[in-house]
Amino acid sequence: MIASCLLALLSYWHKNPLQIFAYLSGVALATALWSGVQAINLEAKVSYKAAAETLGEGQYDIIQPKQDRTISTADYVSLRKSGWLVSPVVDGYLHNIRLVGMDPLTLPSSFLFANANITNSIGETNIFEILLTNESTVKNLIKNVKVIVDQNVAPGMAVGDISLVQRLLKKDKITYLIVDPEQPLGQKELEIVTPHLTLKNIQQMTDISKLTDSFHLNLSAFGLLSFAVGLFIVHSTIGLAFEQRRAIMRSMRSMGVSIRTLIIIVTIEMIILAIIGAIIGIVLGYLIAGFLLPDVAATLKGLYGANISGNLQLRPDWWLSGLIIALLGTALAMSSQIWQITKLPILASAKPRAWMLVSTSHFTLQMKSAILLLTLGGICTILFEGLIAGFALLGALLIAAAASLPALLAWSLGKLQKSARTPLWGWFWADTRQQLPGLSLALMALLLAVSANIGVSTMVSSFRLTFISFLDQRLAPELFLQVSNRDQSIELNTFLSERGIEVLPLMSKEAVISKQPVELFGIKVGNTYRENWRFLDAIENPWDTLQDGSATIVNEQFARRTNLWVGDQVNIASKLTLPIAAIVGDYGNPKGQVIINEELFRNLYPQSYPARFGIRTNNPVKLQSEIINQIGIDNNSIIDQKSLKAFSLEIFERTFLVTSALNILTLGVASFAILMSLLTLADRRIPQLSPVWALGLTRSQIGKLELLRAVLLALFVVVFSIPTGLVLAWVLLNVINVKAFGWQLPMFFFPLEYLKLGFYALFASFLAATWPSLKLIRTPPSDLLKVFASER
Amino acid sequence: MNVKVLILLVFLPHNLLAQSFSGLGSTAEGFADPAPNTIFNFPLDHGPHNTYRVEWWYLTANLSGEDQTPYGIQWTLFRTARSPNEKNGWLSNQIWFAHAAITTPNEHFTTERFARGGIGQAGVTAEPFEAWIDEWKLSGKNFDELSLNAAGPNFAYNMSLEAEGPLVFHGDKGYSVKSSEGQASYYYSQPFFKIKGNLSLPEGDINVEGNAWLDREWSSQPLSENQLGWDWFSLSLENGAKLMGFQLRQTDGLNFSSSSWIEPDGSLTSYGNSEFVAEPIKESNVYDKKIPTEWRLKLEDKNLDVTVKALNPNSWMNLSIPYWEGPVYVSGSHTGRGYLEMTGY
Repeated sequence: MIASCLLALLSYWHKNPLQIFAYLSGVALATALWSGVQAINLEAKVSYKAAAETLGEGQYDIIQPKQDRTISTADYVSLRKSGWLVSPVVDGYLHNIRLVGMDPLTLPSSFLFANANITNSIGETNIFEILLTNESTVKNLIKNVKVIVDQNVAPGMAVGDISLVQRLLKKDKITYLIVDPEQPLGQKELEIVTPHLTLKNIQQMTDISKLTDSFHLNLSAFGLLSFAVGLFIVHSTIGLAFEQRRAIMRSMRSMGVSIRTLIIIVTIEMIILAIIGAIIGIVLGYLIAGFLLPDVAATLKGLYGANISGNLQLRPDWWLSGLIIALLGTALAMSSQIWQITKLPILASAKPRAWMLVSTSHFTLQMKSAILLLTLGGICTILFEGLIAGFALLGALLIAAAASLPALLAWSLGKLQKSARTPLWGWFWADTRQQLPGLSLALMALLLAVSANIGVSTMVSSFRLTFISFLDQRLAPELFLQVSNRDQSIELNTFLSERGIEVLPLMSKEAVISKQPVELFGIKVGNTYRENWRFLDAIENPWDTLQDGSATIVNEQFARRTNLWVGDQVNIASKLTLPIAAIVGDYGNPKGQVIINEELFRNLYPQSYPARFGIRTNNPVKLQSEIINQIGIDNNSIIDQKSLKAFSLEIFERTFLVTSALNILTLGVASFAILMSLLTLADRRIPQLSPVWALGLTRSQIGKLELLRAVLLALFVVVFSIPTGLVLAWVLLNVINVKAFGWQLPMFFFPLEYLKLGFYALFASFLAATWPSLKLIRTPPSDLLKVFASER
Repeated sequence: MNVKVLILLVFLPHNLLAQSFSGLGSTAEGFADPAPNTIFNFPLDHGPHNTYRVEWWYLTANLSGEDQTPYGIQWTLFRTARSPNEKNGWLSNQIWFAHAAITTPNEHFTTERFARGGIGQAGVTAEPFEAWIDEWKLSGKNFDELSLNAAGPNFAYNMSLEAEGPLVFHGDKGYSVKSSEGQASYYYSQPFFKIKGNLSLPEGDINVEGNAWLDREWSSQPLSENQLGWDWFSLSLENGAKLMGFQLRQTDGLNFSSSSWIEPDGSLTSYGNSEFVAEPIKESNVYDKKIPTEWRLKLEDKNLDVTVKALNPNSWMNLSIPYWEGPVYVSGSHTGRGYLEMTGY
């Protein structure tokens, strides 16, 4: 019996192919972006994990050589013989592949290379003669080495025994030493055993996965937003389908099908459809992810130096999450409908318009929940720190805006109706208003998409403006140069000062200040700094105080993380505490920075010398070639201002490329929602339009009015979207960015941009309404007449 | 599988390693094999024999604190070669590893080290004698006067040793047969060390003294394919005599045993298969395993019938290759103390 009932219900879709299309594409679109974004995030996380397992990044202290020094095998042996449990690593590139040489005997067991499964394929213990690499890297490896494929090795990397890698890299030095977390009693001091080596704590190293967390959260938020938009489509089509099938259901009930059975059948039907939709969505998601992944990989590499695989894999984690979220979304959308079935009286007549006639009280309820949501969102940001709270506020804001839309629309349409001068316009506004319930979900989706677009584009454009002016301040020198040893540094300094060229030497060291990993800079204060740098906050003459060593300048990230501001004391080293003279905006950099003058820096690190230089010159091309020829600095270590700016901007653009792609996709989904709502409503409009037609309006006039209505509604949504989008942008700039990156950005307005977006939205609605209007225009008069003949 | 374990599998009885990979251990391609009637050449033979696959310097000591609390320490340096031809630097085929332990009546501290030959991180020189891995060292101007140290994250010891008797040679003048199929090793000991020094434990430093036993053994093929593991005893009896006895447990339920009776003057009587009998009396649950921590030992020829009982039944060496090793008490026809090692459980 269940089968035949199911068949009866399914036959409805056969008669209404458009609705099944709308329903399936709603589920598919909702799932697609969500699972696409999840696939990207997961791919990145797998890469981070592989890197951590392969290289132990962020898990172990390491010992490195001091500037200009190296680690020899003898150094390693001295350390081991002094009770230092360290393990050597040789690291280098061969044909673009990072070769990492390790010693499996002393490597801590959490490392992949210490646990490699090398027995199956070879059958003997020659871990010392093989390279371990993942499938995507293996094809680029040199031919005369035995290779074992292990998917857990980080992309672009091959790991082997130190003897093999030293031979391949033609290198006899050790790059660094991994320090085992468990050290024996009675260990000698590092400074005594190997004074030329230095210990670097985990805290001084940046954890890639933590740095990139905010980036992935951003992606997830977009995925969720598009899921919400898709869900609107699902909700409206399910609602319509249930409403229209009331008659079938009533008949089934009269024929003896119990409510229980009916619910089971409907649930089975919905699950089947949701699964089909989800599968289509997952396939789409895979395509989207594959399309976006190279850009995401480039962004992560540019912004954070994180290497992620460019190859997308079909991992159950993300496609299952897509499937589950599709099922949950469907369950959510159908729950109220199921509840209605339980209350369906067997003998009551079907009321097809009931679904559309949601009363104004319903709108008021939505409005009230919107206010409640906003309050909750606000409380959430006050009570909780962190990015999640920021996103909660953002979500509350968007949903509240969407929820209050129908009430605002109804109210405005009521006003318009009252002010209408002719009966035709009076009817037009009244008719628009009575269509609201059927269209409101699609309009809400459009509101979400347009506001998100306005908000995100305001943020990105504000960021771009700030970033460009920041680059102009920071990249004032015409040439930037990096030297590789002390002699070169001294030689370069002499060479430039002999020619009277202004030079900005830069010394830097990674350090831990106020429990934050930072980069500590030692600079020589000159005119370039005084003229170009702009501060977010500063005392009077901050450069003077920096120059005489009585103050420090820090970047915004550092100030926010430590909550130390202008005037506060910073403990820089054991005997060095300085007040903050100024806070400088520092965009596109995840790390904290602390700046002191050259002398103080040299006192702290007597061995140090400036390794980076900014050079002021009128003829960068000539000077560049002179430096290369006379000092022997390698061409790759010197870059001119223009190229550096272009490079920085490129990283910036790439970072937001993904965001804009997702933006366009959400707008597309919203337009689709409108099209589907209008199409599904079109048939049901005939009984409402017939009387108007009978009163003398032509079908063509009616069609044009329908088109106008769609565009007017979209216009209203766009107008409402602008303030919503701007509030969204404000939250993004002042809450999300601060929490995600540690910098606050000034907000700029871009009216032309909004106008363009508004036009797109109107045009999209116009396109969406064209087809249903044409359908109306072409409705045979007989159909319109039939309305009066048939008994509804 | 952990690479270190893989390398160490060469030390395990063949049946155990057959489960993980076959071939290794049963044949000794290119390695030298021990032969009877070999004349040892000292001090050279205190040093490594790189043409043999495995070798060890194995020291155990029974100690007492000033308050007579019994303690035990172990210090073992193992050498294993991946192939008989030696290469320099990181390419070396020699792999060294070491175990150190302190056993108290209630606690058992262990740790291990690994190193590659060829770079100086570990090795042995015969004269002056020095056996080292990382900062651990057993060294002295000759084999009779040695100092010893080792440290882990929560324990350390520093000891000095002085030999009060001669070296003793097991089996047929140092040629020790390990199975009825004829597998054998070179095996001699210095069981007459007086030892004293200092233990560093979490509760503080403790001065200790006692007696130590150093075993030297090398071979290329120490075990037969049907052997599951061994139970090895080294006992110092109160009458001044010493007993070394081991049995290799076979898959067929039978054992292969061998033993040496050492008089206080160092004269040694060697006993072949099945004269030395060891029967487990009581098992303890250690790391989810049933381990016999009480034994009845018999050597009829010397009227020996004793019970051997672990000082601390939890003396489990939870290392890359886990086994049981700890100090024991002797009671019955003879009294004394000693060390017990059990593998393959």
